[in-house]
Amino acid sequence: MEKEIVLALRGLTKRFGPVTAADDINLTLHRGEVLALLGENGAGKTTLMNMLFGHYTPDAGHVEVSDFKGGMLRLPPGHPQAAIDAGIGMVHQHFTLAENLNVVDNILLGAEPLFAFRRDQKAAREKVRKLMEDTGLHVPMGARVGELSVGERQRVEILKALFRETRILVLDEPTAVLTPQEADGLFAALSAIVKRGLSVIFISHKMREVLSFSDRIAVLRHGVKVGEMATEDADRAAIARMMVGAETVQPERDSLVPGAPILAFEDVHLRGEGARAGLKGASFTLHEGEILGIAGVSGNGQTALAQIISGLAVPERGAVILNGTPVTAASPAAMIAAGVGRIPEDRHHDGVISAMSVAENMVLERLDDPEIQNRGFLNKPAMKANAERLSREYDVRGPGISARATLLSGGNIQKLILARVLDRAPKLILANQPTRGLDFGAAGEVGRRLLAARREGAGVILISEDLDEILQLADRILVMHSGQLIETDSRDRAAIGLLMAGQAA
Amino acid sequence: MMDILQIFLSESFWAASLRIATPLIFGVMGALLCERAGVLNLGIEGIFAAGAMAGWMAVWLGAPLWLGVGAAACAGAFFGALHATLTVPLGLSQHVSGLGITMLATSSSYFLYRTALPDVTSPPRITPFQPLDWPVVSDIPFIGPVFFGQTALTWLALFTVLAVWWLLARTPLGVALKAVGDNPDAVNAQGLSVYGLRFGAVMAGSALMAIGGAFLTMSAFDAFFFGMVNGRGWICIALVIFASWRPGRALFGAILFGMFDALQVRLQTEAGAVVPSQVFLMTPYVLSIIALVLVARKADYPRALLQPWFKGQR
Repeated sequence: MEKEIVLALRGLTKRFGPVTAADDINLTLHRGEVLALLGENGAGKTTLMNMLFGHYTPDAGHVEVSDFKGGMLRLPPGHPQAAIDAGIGMVHQHFTLAENLNVVDNILLGAEPLFAFRRDQKAAREKVRKLMEDTGLHVPMGARVGELSVGERQRVEILKALFRETRILVLDEPTAVLTPQEADGLFAALSAIVKRGLSVIFISHKMREVLSFSDRIAVLRHGVKVGEMATEDADRAAIARMMVGAETVQPERDSLVPGAPILAFEDVHLRGEGARAGLKGASFTLHEGEILGIAGVSGNGQTALAQIISGLAVPERGAVILNGTPVTAASPAAMIAAGVGRIPEDRHHDGVISAMSVAENMVLERLDDPEIQNRGFLNKPAMKANAERLSREYDVRGPGISARATLLSGGNIQKLILARVLDRAPKLILANQPTRGLDFGAAGEVGRRLLAARREGAGVILISEDLDEILQLADRILVMHSGQLIETDSRDRAAIGLLMAGQAA
Repeated sequence: MMDILQIFLSESFWAASLRIATPLIFGVMGALLCERAGVLNLGIEGIFAAGAMAGWMAVWLGAPLWLGVGAAACAGAFFGALHATLTVPLGLSQHVSGLGITMLATSSSYFLYRTALPDVTSPPRITPFQPLDWPVVSDIPFIGPVFFGQTALTWLALFTVLAVWWLLARTPLGVALKAVGDNPDAVNAQGLSVYGLRFGAVMAGSALMAIGGAFLTMSAFDAFFFGMVNGRGWICIALVIFASWRPGRALFGAILFGMFDALQVRLQTEAGAVVPSQVFLMTPYVLSIIALVLVARKADYPRALLQPWFKGQR
């Protein structure tokens, strides 16, 4: 049975200079349908959605929405307000909430006439309350958004979109920051609303969600729609092949016998900053040739852990022992000298100095190396040779080694950091969210590099919110929740998810 | 010690505190509006001068007093629009642009004054706003002279506080304004204009600052002097932080500063023979620095303050 079409993208094309970000894309969305949009970073998903919303003006093609009377209405291009008026709502990957305002204010922002002498606070709250009842998405109404958990903020985002009689909801990577339980709850709530006629376009990297939640899947690659299928006919390998355009090889973890202990935390305490948890008595031991996965939702003490290992914070209590030597109060330079390689969480902010060149960024941690520096002068030819070799070995692509690092894409910045860190053959690698925001191909590359370092005998601390990644790469798993670490032998998603939510399994 | 108590009990002290606070109330409300929308307006010191000059000049040329206030507001809005143009769509440094506006507005005011009056030695006077004379209430002891003996501009200042508070707390426009100073992406995603809101806030805020300047030439004094703003604008910038961007606390801060200043004048006459007068002159500033240090560490900044926002970028 074919349902009524609510949205049609007709031949949408967008060019940025010589690059065609979206090439003649046709898509239709039916009433009460969930369409998953899959593709690697840079495949054109965001460009497409920005055209749908009128944030970009397409070079060719147009958007049509149903006019409720069986006909289709053509949206004027480049007009966000027209898209909103036509009932299209979007939940961005990065929340667009004003944290200093409360929930009601955020939901009503822009949904009411701007120039009014006063607002009927009671009626507004009543309307929001009713919406929460109807959708089953509950959030404390008077709370400041800054005080809410990430899951709650996402609910506010969705409520905000639904408040305006939205017929078509676009979700951009909605589960990137949720625990598995929160994600399941979100999909359950959305499914109920979809049954009542909401149509959803759902952008995601996560195969598992796409297969379980969507009705239809469209795959984009290099700005072209390369495939479209009903979800029931789809299988993982076929979709992955379509996305990458080649057979994908998942990194394989071969069995290794771990060596001597390399890093030990003994009852380490550190106070957290603001809403983020610190560490409350963390103890663990990492061995050579071992990847220790730290699972958990961000803000539960991962930052404190990473800062201590990087030498950026000194614990209030407890001891940190690296290779048999206490390093509890070591400086970052001492940690680097002791053989710690750091892949920071925020690669743009902490990983590179964006105004400096690729070659310069590649020697940041070797500035006292006589090969690079001699009596206070940089050895430019050596830096150039070093950068050329590393770019080749680690496949760092971009405008060249003398270009500023800011011109590199996220995946290539991560490769630059990997090259800088792994080339020094560190004994201990701290990888903090190493694949966040990376596409399939680049994420696979990071995983393979970490496994290769493990084979060389390095110990790896892998902090990640992506449970699949932890399950795939880690030899042992610790779950982090409000500053505490719990080791688990389980490889079961649901059990680990419960620990991530702070409930004993 | 008795003398200080005497000062605090005198009605003239409290009347003076409120009078001295009046331009600061306008200025601090103006700065608060700009900063709540995410734009720091360091043009305030110059906009004070421009308002003082424009208001006085209009009246001197024969306009009624309230038209003078209007002229000052327009001058302020003009420099506000300039600041907004440079910092909002063009995204230039708000510090640099603001300091530039201060220099431009101050010197162009002086220039205009000198051009209009090339060879006067003593500044020409106008008839300024007079203290209001209310029936009955003006005769209440203490309360009467302190509140009801003020000029209409002081009442306008107090009303402005109420209006700004109402705007921010009770109206959809106020919510949008706070949101644009907190996360412009949130405003843009809802189809509202980030540029429009910021432009409006900076222009309105600058108009208020200029009315604060006009108070100096049209109520506190009756003529325009060079250097008469004398750092009042900078005090307002500090007071906004002291107030954590809240109108009620900003009013409190402005009156507190007015009290320090009124006290300083009186202490000079009391103890001027023993202590150099400069010590008293600096007390309000020293005390505001201390107050700022105590409060500002915990201040709750608008999160997007100083952050330029560009359409189509995330």
